[in-house]
Formats: sequence, C-alpha cells, structure tokens
Amino acid sequence: MTVLVVAEHDNRSVKPATLHAAAAAAELSKAGAGDIHILVVGQDCRAAADAAAKIAGIAKVLVADDAAYGHGLAENIAPLLVDLAASYSHVLAPATTQGKNLMPRVAALLDVMQVSDISGIVSQDTFVRPIYAGNALATVQSKDKVKIITVRGTAFPPVAGEGGSAAVEAVGGAGSAGLSEFVRAELSKSERPELTSARVIVSGGRGMQSGDNFHLLEAVADKLGAAVGASRAAVDAGFVPNDYQVGQTGKIVAPELYIAVGISGAIQHLAGMKDSKVIVAINKDEEAPIFQIADYGLVGDLFKILPELDAELAKIQK
Amino acid sequence: MKALVAVKRVIDYNVKVRVKADRTGVETANVKMSMNPFDEIAVEEALRLREAGTVEEVIAFSAGIQQCQETIRTALAMGADRGVLVQTDVELQPLAVAKLLRAVIEKEGPEIVIIGKQAIDDDCNQTGQMLAALLGWPQATFASKLTISGGSAEVTREVDGGLETVKLKMPAVVTTDLRLNEPRYASLPNIMKAKKKPIDVFTPDDLGVDVTPRLVTLKVEEPSKRQGGVKVGSVEELVAKLKTEARVI
Repeated sequence: MTVLVVAEHDNRSVKPATLHAAAAAAELSKAGAGDIHILVVGQDCRAAADAAAKIAGIAKVLVADDAAYGHGLAENIAPLLVDLAASYSHVLAPATTQGKNLMPRVAALLDVMQVSDISGIVSQDTFVRPIYAGNALATVQSKDKVKIITVRGTAFPPVAGEGGSAAVEAVGGAGSAGLSEFVRAELSKSERPELTSARVIVSGGRGMQSGDNFHLLEAVADKLGAAVGASRAAVDAGFVPNDYQVGQTGKIVAPELYIAVGISGAIQHLAGMKDSKVIVAINKDEEAPIFQIADYGLVGDLFKILPELDAELAKIQK
Repeated sequence: MKALVAVKRVIDYNVKVRVKADRTGVETANVKMSMNPFDEIAVEEALRLREAGTVEEVIAFSAGIQQCQETIRTALAMGADRGVLVQTDVELQPLAVAKLLRAVIEKEGPEIVIIGKQAIDDDCNQTGQMLAALLGWPQATFASKLTISGGSAEVTREVDGGLETVKLKMPAVVTTDLRLNEPRYASLPNIMKAKKKPIDVFTPDDLGVDVTPRLVTLKVEEPSKRQGGVKVGSVEELVAKLKTEARVI
C-alpha cells in the first residue's frame, strides 16, 4: 500500500512542516508501507504542487485545486480525503493547527481512531506518542485498516525539499459542503523566522512585565537570526499574540538554541521546548524550575542582562 | 436553544504525573482529579451564552467511570442546568466519546456544542472535530471568540499564523482555546444547589454505541530526563560558552 502526506502550504510554497511529515512517511516506507504521495489541496495552488514535486522521496503529487479549498476549511476538505483514503494504508499530516483541525474529521468519517502527534514509528501499525504534556510516552498499536496520523515535526528531521521530480496529478472533490465560510485572517507579520522551523528561539515570559519590553528580546533575537516566542503567561497577559505561544497546547519547538527569558518553567511550557538542543535560562529567581533543565543558567535582572547580551553579541559579530 | 458542553475528568494540571512501574499507564491512585481546564472554558462560554439570553439551557455531559459524576457536579456548580453521564469502566478513546456524544445530542437536540480543544491527559485534540464529522455539522476549533446571531456562529480561531475568523451554519461544534474566557469559580451556595440538580445516567449499551478501544496501549514509559547544566556568572561567560563550548552561535 501507499502513504499519503497532506501538505501544509500557502498555495505558493510548501511549509517546512510538510518536510517533517514526509520524513515520518519515509520511515513508514522503510518499514514496508510502500510509495509516498503528497496531497496539495488549495486554491490556485499549482506553484505549491510544483514545489511539493521537488521534495525528496515523493513518488506522486496529487493536487486538488478548487475555490472551496482555498482557506483550508475542514468541512470541505475532509470528504476529499475520505475518498482518497481508500487507496492508502496511512494518511499523515503535520500536527499544526491545520492538521489538528482537519484530520480527526477525516478519521471519524472513516470510522478510524486517529493517532495524534506521533513522535516515533515502531512499525507500520505501532507508534510512540507523548501524553501528559510529554511527561510520559505511550506506545500504541492501531487496529484500524487505514492509519490516520498527525506528526510531531520536532521528532522527525526534515527530508530535503529539493532534488525530487514527482509527477503531478490533478484530483477533484465535491467542493463546498455549504456548512462554513472563511471570514478573515489576522496573521502576524514578521521578518523573523517561523517559530517551528527556527534554528534559534528567544522566548519571553511573565518576567518581561509588558509587551513594550519585548523589544529588548527582539534586539537579541535579531542579532541571532532567531524567532521570538513566549510562555502562556505572556500571551494571556496580552504582551504578545497567541501565535507566539510555546508549550503543551501551543507550538512544540526544538531549535538548536532556546533562550528562555523571565520564564519560570511550568511543565506546560517545558512540554513545548524541552527537546531543544541547548537551553539557556535567564531568570531573577534562582529556584525557578527552568534552571533544572537549562544547560546554561544566568540568575539576574533581565532588564540589565538583555542589553548586555545584545552588546556582547554585537561584539562577537564584528 | 440548548447548549451542550462536554467535560472530562483528568489528573489535575498541577500534579506531576508518574509512570507506573509496570509501564501500563500513569499513577492515578490518590492523585487529585479535576475538570480538564479547556472544558472549564467550555462551560464558562455556555453559561455566558445563557446569561446573554442566547441559550436557555446548558447541559453538561461526561463519559467514563462513576466518579465522572463529580466532574459533572463541578459544571453544575459553575451554573450548568443538568447533567448527562454515560457510565462505563471501558477505557474511552475520542472516537468512542464522539459517538456517545452524538447519541446524546440526537436525544437532546442542542444547537451548539462546546468542548475543550484538547484533554491534558491524552493530549489527543480530536473529540470535537470527530463529533462534528459524525453529526455532519460545521466545526470551529481553537476558539478565542464566539458570537452567535441569526442562525450562524462567527468564531475567531487561534491558528499557527495568528487569528482566523470563520462563520458556521448552526447547529455547530466549537472547541475552546485558552483565551476564550476566564472560567468562574463555583460559589458555596452554588455548590450546594448543584447537589440537587439532576444527572441522567446511561450506559453505552443504552445508547447502542460500541466503545471498544481501537488503539491498544502496549506500554507507557518515562521520557529520558534532561540533565540540568551549569550556572554562569556573567553575560560574557554565557556568550563565550555558547560560542566555544556549545557552538550554537
């Protein structure tokens, strides 16, 4: 049988999350699951489909291009996936908000119990997934005929986005289900890298005291080419928008360097970043739990430390 | 119209969970249990809809062992009008819960169903979407704002890139994110009043639902522990270590 990956894209290009999901598909393929196909479903999404065709290890790209698919509405896309699923043994999507919204709808229509947010593949039907905010790892076996899966990106290093030359084939679906419509999006605009694919992340917590103070973090982030993140406390307090949130129910990240500033380290936050390669904690409370997992801890006033750090980074970059 | 909220009994979010020595699950004996925090937000939102006159009655649903009654009582103490418990000792997975919910919804006829986006125990993030699929209803997951008027619901959703607003034809399923509201605490008089509110109890068989688990948990393990590192004395030392020791900048 064959593995289908649902691409995350913006109609023009393929998002990095797709490459991580394709990596999980490649592991399944190695375990005997057969070829890998990618589905690009959207509106005027030919460019994204062409980009998907270049991903390493992909045998075929399916493209479903329809006005009804333009905003990723699960009500419209799920029936298309239900039809396609008959030809596949596994259907995978990245565990992004898009994948989390769509895939359970598909699973229920197929009468399948989804395997959410997998972090490991044992065999074609057995997977590892974090539960309890990553404080336990469950190994689960699916008894369903088709496996519907979302993939934790940080657990699967991305496949190459270039080098492949898959054929692109158009597929069609029923279009709009007439249940829901897109009204508007207010997307954060940033020149900085995306949180989930950044090499370095600088995150702020309640200790930042206000949204205005985040410019101190941003200065450091820009020296490092880093993304800016936040704890739930900082988002709830309105310092920064929701899409900055790192944690159990926010974004899961694993950069090479994670700098936590004014973050105490609640388990729900640690769940989102503890797989980072190197963790730095800057906090005035030396008892803060974040220090128990940090590789390098610096106790002190962040309002003094951040400008110093900015200056020190400027020095070494000269 | 009626609103239905689903509430799950989970290990309290402040408890540090421990994996059982026999690797079959996590320790739940003598552990504090609470309502899933996202479900508290769901209850609060339904109560606000009732207080605004949009909804006449709020029904709190739970499924699982007999002690799930306590979770329903918590919702009743917050202000929900009555409860429905589907009682079973079988381990319930999201697909089974969605099927039980569908059966109860077909009896009760709510026009809006509000559920937490995710339970903090299994972290599945599935039940609301599955329920919407089974009912053929639209869904708005990860809601941070909900407005109902003229037979439709406008919902702002927290998505990876920021916020997105969708309009759903009612009836609809909404799953809650953290910023939707701040749930109220139950007052003592309301806790007393809640004891008298009715809870209907069914079994999965009464509802004709097969709840046999589809995923078999083979083992549950503790993740490898991250070792704490060193404290550095200055910014200069930190940058030097990141550059020459960790080699990440």
